[in-house]
Amino acid sequence: MLKFTEDHEWVRVEGEIGTVGISDYAQEQLGDVVFVELPDIGKTIAKGDEAAVVESVKAASEVYAPVEGEVTQVNEALNDNPGLINSDAQGDGWFLKIKVTDASQLEALMDEAAYKAYVEGLG
Amino acid sequence: MSQDHDVQDLKRTPLHGLHLSLGGKMVPFAGYDMPVQYPSGILKEHLHTRDAAGLFDVSHMGQAALVGPDVAAALETLVPGDIQALGHGRMRYTQLTNEAGGILDDLMVTKLADDRLWLVVNAACKVNDFALIEGALDGRASLERAEDRALLALQGPKAADVLSRLAPDAATLPFMTMAELDVAGTPALVSRSGYTGEDGYEISVAADDAEDLAKLLLAQDAVAPIGLGARDSLRLEAGLCLYGHDIDEATTPVEAALVWSISKRRRAEGGFPGAETIQRQLADGPQRRRVGIRPDGKAPAREGTPIMKDGQAIGTVTSGGFGPTVSGPVAMGYVETAHAAADTEIDLEVRGKALPGRTAKLPFVPQRYYRG
Repeated sequence: MLKFTEDHEWVRVEGEIGTVGISDYAQEQLGDVVFVELPDIGKTIAKGDEAAVVESVKAASEVYAPVEGEVTQVNEALNDNPGLINSDAQGDGWFLKIKVTDASQLEALMDEAAYKAYVEGLG
Repeated sequence: MSQDHDVQDLKRTPLHGLHLSLGGKMVPFAGYDMPVQYPSGILKEHLHTRDAAGLFDVSHMGQAALVGPDVAAALETLVPGDIQALGHGRMRYTQLTNEAGGILDDLMVTKLADDRLWLVVNAACKVNDFALIEGALDGRASLERAEDRALLALQGPKAADVLSRLAPDAATLPFMTMAELDVAGTPALVSRSGYTGEDGYEISVAADDAEDLAKLLLAQDAVAPIGLGARDSLRLEAGLCLYGHDIDEATTPVEAALVWSISKRRRAEGGFPGAETIQRQLADGPQRRRVGIRPDGKAPAREGTPIMKDGQAIGTVTSGGFGPTVSGPVAMGYVETAHAAADTEIDLEVRGKALPGRTAKLPFVPQRYYRG
């Protein structure tokens, strides 16, 4: 199940683990990503709280947790190659995996079709 | 990440249509709708400029002629630079200062003739600058705003090859000089100068000629269009100040480490706004100074980042980001003079964490200006 937030994060849930990243639209808006700050493993992040920071050449942006969860893994490959976020935002450019606390929080998020319509509405 | 702005309020340069056709991502800058990048992106545009040649639209900047029988002496009442010492065609960097010695703007001044100077000022300051100059020099010099002109910058190690094909005399034009050249049939005021640390030119042409000339330059082998994003990262690596960030009304040329732009005669004689403060700082040293900064890790330290030493605040970052040529984070900022020596260990407070770094000599990337 792939869901999106209005802040352009995505979460793909398999079992109780959600993989979190930013959308292809978001990476395009950011431009070349040069640095990512990832959270500590074991940290619990509330829905909507800062999960990571992504920096492009121009600016730093927060990445928020789409749902609450405990961080189980971070994408270490981003430390050496943050450009993965530009080349494959919704695949190899994932940020972190969380153990989802409350699966019902996913219901409020957009599915892929709804997110696509949302982005188109942004012009 | 939304980009809400009322584009109808924004001014356009003569190259606006070309930017759109090239896929420029437009953003508001100093009241203009300007390309921050093209589809290749800031990193590639930056590296292309250092490797080959980049074409920048800087038509938003203010251009004007200042005319009067003693125009050099007149302008010296407003700037600390040595304008009277300029030879014909020579260009100089200086600042408009206020009564406290703070910087109202930085600008380039070129002597076109004994009674004629050419000024290029920052876009965001141009209305105020020109009003100030006009008012202060009323009766002594008159200002002719060149609002019907565009300004292109061609920068990079291949800039000379490229421009010489279209204007042979460009090849040997000395650094920091200006000449009237015919660029493939277009009359242009060409200077060997720029804002990237690379060899290159700034080319002033009539607005009506700008698009054709830009297209002709872009059709040359080594040339790619470069947006404001890479212009910023290039100038930061080159250690060059951005007005409103690294220098402003609250910083003096001495604090900003721009003392090299004030000649011995002007230091001794004064005669510009804020001279007392600037002369005192020259004699006693300023309390703070602009320095380069290299974070040890990979996290950029952005503008506004507090600079700490042993847990005490000693300054603030004024420009910071990722340097594509350095391949790591670079910054500039002000620190208390006691900590301004190069290689001083400092901490940068980024998102609540103290990240180690060092003060560093500027520029971060060696300047490669044409020296003949």
